[in-house]
Amino acid sequence: MNSRVLVITSGKGGVGKTTTTANLGTALAMMDYRVVLIDTDIGLRNLDVVMGLENRIVFDIVDVVHGNCKPKQALIKDKRHEGLHLLPAAQTKDKTAVTPHQMKNLTNELRKDYDFILVDCPAGIEQGFKNAIAGADDAIIVATPEVSSVRDADRIVGLLEAAGLTNARLIINRLRSKMVKRGDMMDIDDILDILSIDLLGVVPEDESIVVSTNRGEPAVLDNSSRAGLAYRRIARRIAGEEIQIQNFDETHWIMDRFKKMLRLAR
Amino acid sequence: MVLLDFLTRFFMKENLPSKDVARERLRLVLVHDRASVSPEFINQMKEDLIKVIREYLDIDEEALQVSLENEDDSIALVANIPVRGMRRVINQ
Repeated sequence: MNSRVLVITSGKGGVGKTTTTANLGTALAMMDYRVVLIDTDIGLRNLDVVMGLENRIVFDIVDVVHGNCKPKQALIKDKRHEGLHLLPAAQTKDKTAVTPHQMKNLTNELRKDYDFILVDCPAGIEQGFKNAIAGADDAIIVATPEVSSVRDADRIVGLLEAAGLTNARLIINRLRSKMVKRGDMMDIDDILDILSIDLLGVVPEDESIVVSTNRGEPAVLDNSSRAGLAYRRIARRIAGEEIQIQNFDETHWIMDRFKKMLRLAR
Repeated sequence: MVLLDFLTRFFMKENLPSKDVARERLRLVLVHDRASVSPEFINQMKEDLIKVIREYLDIDEEALQVSLENEDDSIALVANIPVRGMRRVINQ
């Protein structure tokens, strides 16, 4: 299999890039792919805490691109999955410590050992963004159903296209079906209509994300997490399986769970 | 309750579901965003406009101005095209 470099980006901050990276990476590793997660948010590193690996950091991305250590020395092995690694961002340096050219070299070197290289992009459209997209084959845009987020996502689509990444796909995050139903939140079609890019998946708003982040255990590990299940479906889609986009109707969900319980009881 | 909700929303524009307000506001703001992100787009359009109008009017190409402007709840293409004179139309 050819390895793929995917950048997870959004423009706006706080929409779930890091959570998405952690969950998709873990889900792909659960499918036995070799996965490396790169945190490019230099100065504001967070992917390590979301993954629960913050205590194991010795070297970081800046050390690697500056040749202070070998990539293998900086890569942190995941607690649960053999094939999953994290390359943490530097916390004390600034964004200009890495250049797009260095990022490209780094991702190309990692291609040898991994099936998927997921790059967690910082918020904004400056140097950090340019670094993150430099070595990417494909882009995943995360947006929440809010005007500010969708507006920024549109800007990102334009910037990615200008950089030659014309096949960006969208993850709509934190969708609240109750609000959609009463007309107080844009629905999937509204957002796709405006952005006119392909949909990769939809993740429902889910309190379990907060709990799993508290614990440093991605929600995909929790079989009862709705968001976790959504991320697992997205991971399968990334791996090339054709899976229908789920409709997050609360009642359907409850009915499905109910049916499952009945089946288990029998 | 649901019916009442629906009826008030239906008859009063102010009570449009907030997601429709969001969608329309986004549509408008993105017209602006996209145009300002690529000034080449406006320039290209300007050149094409000049090409067409030149066939009919003698215009001051240097002074021609084209911009997108907000007008209430729609976007307008505003073009200011100084005319120096009419071309003679020769009927064949």
